[in-house]
Amino acid sequence: MTDFLWADPEPERGYDVVVIGAGGHGLATAYYLARNHGITNVAVLERGWLAGGNMARNTTIIRSNYLWDASAAIYEHSLKLWEGLSDELDYDILFSQRGVLNLAHSLPDVREGIRRVNANRLNGVDAEWLTPAEVKKLVPIINTSQELRYPVMGATFQPRAGIAKHDYVAWAYARAAHRLGVHLIQNCEVTGFLRDGDRVRGVVTSRGTIEADRVALCAAGHTSVLASELGFRLPLASHPLQALVSELLEQVLDTVVMSNAIHVYVSQAHKGELVMGAGVDAYNGYGQRGSFHVIESQMAAAVELFPIFARAHVLRTWAGIVDVSPDASPVLGLTPVENVFVNCGWGTGGFKATPGAGWVYADTIAHGRPHPLAAPFALDRFTTGALVDEHGAAAVAH
Amino acid sequence: MLSVPCPWCGPRDETEFKYGGQAHVAYPSDPAALSDAEWASYLFLRDNPKGWFAERWFHSAGCRRWFDVVRHTVTYEFAPGVTP
Ligand SMILES: Cc1cc2nc3c(=O)[nH]c(=O)nc-3n(C[C@H](O)[C@H](O)[C@H](O)COP(=O)(O)OP(=O)(O)OC[C@H]3O[C@@H](n4cnc5c(N)ncnc54)[C@H](O)[C@@H]3O)c2cc1C
Ligand SMILES: [Zn+2]
Repeated sequence: MTDFLWADPEPERGYDVVVIGAGGHGLATAYYLARNHGITNVAVLERGWLAGGNMARNTTIIRSNYLWDASAAIYEHSLKLWEGLSDELDYDILFSQRGVLNLAHSLPDVREGIRRVNANRLNGVDAEWLTPAEVKKLVPIINTSQELRYPVMGATFQPRAGIAKHDYVAWAYARAAHRLGVHLIQNCEVTGFLRDGDRVRGVVTSRGTIEADRVALCAAGHTSVLASELGFRLPLASHPLQALVSELLEQVLDTVVMSNAIHVYVSQAHKGELVMGAGVDAYNGYGQRGSFHVIESQMAAAVELFPIFARAHVLRTWAGIVDVSPDASPVLGLTPVENVFVNCGWGTGGFKATPGAGWVYADTIAHGRPHPLAAPFALDRFTTGALVDEHGAAAVAH
Repeated sequence: MLSVPCPWCGPRDETEFKYGGQAHVAYPSDPAALSDAEWASYLFLRDNPKGWFAERWFHSAGCRRWFDVVRHTVTYEFAPGVTP
């Protein structure tokens, strides 16, 4: 008999907590609800197959070198969990701390980078500023010629940053949650809610109604659709975000390189394919596909920076649906509906937050109040004006 | 790539355009009279439907005019009948 990593149970009549969406965040949330809070009567409902959304489609960059204190705190919490995750889940998730470079191509980039390095250090996040010569030494295939239209003028470097194998992360959390008694229910789309005044009593799904004491939204690009069923609006726009891989190549790149200015980022996966991405397609879209010119412009940037990539072939391109918030920071916490919680807005950069967001969200759900690391990311920041503006300040995503 | 129907120039490549988000979001006539929540809603809250969506485009590399279209956010098709 085949050994399955998790079971495929029929939904029960009700659960203490129903988590909507079995991406990385939903699975991690369920795991930490059980592990940290002893709440095991939990179901994770997934409209498709487990972790087939953004979790299967992201480029797996993990880092914590964000500018603002609130972001540094939650992403660094997450990075610390990544550092112990293979042991914790008893599954080698291929977490590789190969370091991430964020290149600077203009004087404003340089100033922003140095400022961010200093901010990171004050927050206990490892960060260094590298000169073009130091960049070249670390990544010899990078073109640091000052003749380029946008030459490399330096870079921030976070040595503890890196990548992991996204599928293994999802499967590891799924297995661990299943072992603690969590039900993972696939092909189960939530289409509505059973209301009871300011609360919900449960969810309406493609597999019948399921009662719930608490409901936790974890639907990434589809969160607005669920919120509109619940009668509130969220400051989100869902966009296609594309990525691509090359054919398998010899190992030529052992650092993650990101350039926000000419806009491409690239790493080389364990098997050898170059993994690249850039920004979202401009228009709102739920189609899990984007426009080819977006791929073309990130390839142009990649070839400019890495001339030896010119002859590599693109093997595959694809897209996910990312939920982008106005300040490029997540929304994590309570909602206008008393027993419904929200975790969304991670946009182009939530893979790295998987363990941290799951941890903090589980605590928020268990106690019915924001975890201290979640408090700055409450929905009401858009009314108070206390934005966590990672877009404006650092122009760094992913 | 999308083929965007400009009401003045006809269908043209998406790369000639800038995207403007949800259509028909008027600037408040008396901003100072709004509560914080109303102002937040004007600034930050936009519809994000899975389905038909009225949105704005700017033909930046063409006639340089704004216009509204209705587009489906899953199939990406444009509804006929573009309104300036
Ligand atoms: C191309 C691309 C590259 C990226 N690169 C990076 C990167 O390098 N680093 C990084 O940190 N982040 C990156 N991201 C972002 C990251 O993937 C997301 O922020 C993160 O995966 C979101 O959390 P999740 O895993 O829970 O989302 P998802 O995996 O999308 O999970 C949401 C789940 O909810 C389900 N769902 C939706 N509606 C319903 C419903 N009504 N009922 C039941 N289930 C429902 C969906 O089917 C889906 O499985 C990238 C994203 C993309 C698309
Ligand atoms: Zn025109």
